[in-house]
Amino acid sequence: MERARLVPLAIAAAVVLALALGPQFLRPSSLYLVSLWAVTAIAAMGLNLTLGYAGQISMAQGAFVGIGAYATAILMQQGVPFPAAFVAAGAICFGVGWLLGYPALRVQHHYLAFVTLAFTTLVYLLLRNEQWLTNGVYGISGIQRPVLFGVSFAKSADYYYFCLGMLAIFLGAMWWMIRSPWGRAFMVLRENPVRAMSLGVDTRRYTLLAFAIGSSIGGFAGGLFAPLVQFLEPGSFSLGYSLSLLLMVIVGGSGYLLGPLVGAMVAVLLPEFLRFTQGYYLLLYAAAVMILMTFCPQGLIGMAERIAAALRRRRTTATTGTH
Amino acid sequence: MSGFIQLVVSGLATGAIYALVAVGFALLWQTSQTINFAQGEFVMVPAFFVLVAMKVWGLGYLPSIAIGLVVSALLLGAAFKGLVVEPMLRHGVLPLVISTVALAILMKESVKDFYSSQAQQFPPIVEGTDIEFLGAVVSTQSIAIFFVALGAVALLNWFLSSTLTGRAMQATAQNRAVARILGVDVDRMILYTFLINGLLTALASFLISPIYLAKFTNGETLGLAAFVAAIVGGFNHVRGAVLGGLILGVLDNLAASYVSAQYRAAVPLIVLVVVILFRPQGLLGRVEERSV
Repeated sequence: MERARLVPLAIAAAVVLALALGPQFLRPSSLYLVSLWAVTAIAAMGLNLTLGYAGQISMAQGAFVGIGAYATAILMQQGVPFPAAFVAAGAICFGVGWLLGYPALRVQHHYLAFVTLAFTTLVYLLLRNEQWLTNGVYGISGIQRPVLFGVSFAKSADYYYFCLGMLAIFLGAMWWMIRSPWGRAFMVLRENPVRAMSLGVDTRRYTLLAFAIGSSIGGFAGGLFAPLVQFLEPGSFSLGYSLSLLLMVIVGGSGYLLGPLVGAMVAVLLPEFLRFTQGYYLLLYAAAVMILMTFCPQGLIGMAERIAAALRRRRTTATTGTH
Repeated sequence: MSGFIQLVVSGLATGAIYALVAVGFALLWQTSQTINFAQGEFVMVPAFFVLVAMKVWGLGYLPSIAIGLVVSALLLGAAFKGLVVEPMLRHGVLPLVISTVALAILMKESVKDFYSSQAQQFPPIVEGTDIEFLGAVVSTQSIAIFFVALGAVALLNWFLSSTLTGRAMQATAQNRAVARILGVDVDRMILYTFLINGLLTALASFLISPIYLAKFTNGETLGLAAFVAAIVGGFNHVRGAVLGGLILGVLDNLAASYVSAQYRAAVPLIVLVVVILFRPQGLLGRVEERSV
C-alpha cells in the first residue's frame, strides 16, 4: 500500500524538479513549447470541469481561449495593465459561458455539441470579420509580456516560470473545487441529474455555473496565451482548436484532475519528440485516439489506473499464494 | 427577380445534395445511435476513390464511379460499422463522438498526405449548358443534380416503405427489441443502414465535387451542413432531412447575396441554434417519435 502511494509521489517530484530546472538545459524553442503546454493544459482543465466533472459536452473551449486572448491583447493595447486585462478576460468568458449554458438547460448530448459547435464557428467569424476591433485576418501583433510588481516577465525563461506558476495555481484551485460542495454538485449532475434534483441540488444553477467556470478558465488561458505567442490571428481559434482541446481532455482522461495535463502533453509536447514521423503525426495521433477510445475510453490516466490495479492484484495473489 | 430565381435554383441543387448527406446521417442515428462527426469527410473522400481509379488506373468515368460506390459502401459502410462503431457502442455516446472526430482528422490527413493537398478537378455528371427559365439563366447541371439527388432519396423512400427488407429496417429503427422478437435480423438491418449511408455520401460526393472541386478540407462545411439540415428538418424523418437540406441550400445562397458574404456561414448556424432552442424535434419531427 505504501509503495502504491510512493510511486506517484516520486514521479510528481521528479516532474516538478525537471520543470524547475528547465531553463538550465532547454533550448528557447523548447521553453516556448513547455509554456504553451502549461497554457493549453489550463484551457483543457476548464473543459474538464464542464465535460469531465459536470458531464456537459462543449465544443467551444477553443472559442473561449480566443475571446480571452483577444480581450487581453486589445485591453493591453489600450494601456490597461496585464493583471486587470487578465481578470477581465476571465470575467468576460464567465459571462459568455453562463449565457452559452442556457441551451444546455434545454438540450443534451449531441444537440448541445452542435450548439457549442455553432457558437465556436460564430466566434471565429466575428474575430475574422470585425476588423475595427480585432484587425481581422491581419491579426494583432506586438503583444507585450506582463510586468508585475516591477518584475518583468519579458524573457522567455521568466514567462516560462510565470505560466508554470499559473498552472500550479489553477491546478490547486481545481483540486479544491472538486472537493468542495460545488464539485460534488457538478459530479452528481453528471452521474444522475434526476437524483441531483431530488436531493435539492439546483441543477439549473449548477449547469450554468459548470459552463461559466469552465469557460472562464478557458478565458484565463487565453489571457496567458496572448503574451506568450505575442501575435493573435483568428485562424488559431477555429473549430479545429476546440475539437483538439476536446480530444486532449478525453485522451488524458476526462474527470481526472491530471487528465488535461497528460492530454495537453500528448497534443503539444509529443509532436516535438516524434519529429521523425514528419507530416504523419496528426494521422498517427488520430488513429491512436480511435484505438484508445475502443479499448479504454477512460483515457490514458484511466489506463494507467487500470494497469496499476492489475499489478497490485497480481502482487496480492502472489503473496497470498506463498502463504 | 431573375437573379433571385437563379439563386433559388442553384440553392435547391446544393440543397438536394445536403439532403442526401442529412438523410444518411439521420438513418445512422435512428438505427444505431451513431452521431457521425466524420459525415462531412464521408462526402469528401469518395471523390478521391474515383480520382484514383481514373488517374492512377486509367479507367473511364462510369467504371470509376462504380468502383467509387462499391469501395465507399465497403469502407465507409461495412468497415466503419465493424471497426469503429460496433466495438464502441457499449461505451456510450461520447467515446463514439470522439472517435468519429478522430476519424475525420484521419481521413483528412490521409487524403492530404497520400493524394494531394491541392483542389482537384472532378468530372460533372452532365456537361453544363445554360438554359432560360422564367427569364433567368439556369445551368442544366444544377437541374441534373437536383433530380439525381431527389431521385435517389425517392428510391430510398420507396425501398424503406414498400419492400420487406425496408420495412424490417424501419422496425429496427423504431424498436430494436420488438423487431428482434418478430424475427427481424436486426444486425443485418443495421449493416444495411451503414451500407446505404456509404452509398448516399458517395453519391453526394460525385454530385458536389464538380462544383466545389475535390479537396481534403471539403468535409468541414459539408458535415456542418448535414448536421444543420438533419436537425432543422427533424432528426427522425427522411422527409424532414430532405426539407432541411433544401431549406439550407436556398438559405445559404440567398444569405450570401442579400445579407453578407462574410457572414454567409453564420446564417445556417443561427437557424440551427434557434431551431434547437425552440423546436428541438425539428420542423417536421414529433417529440419522442422514431420512424424512418
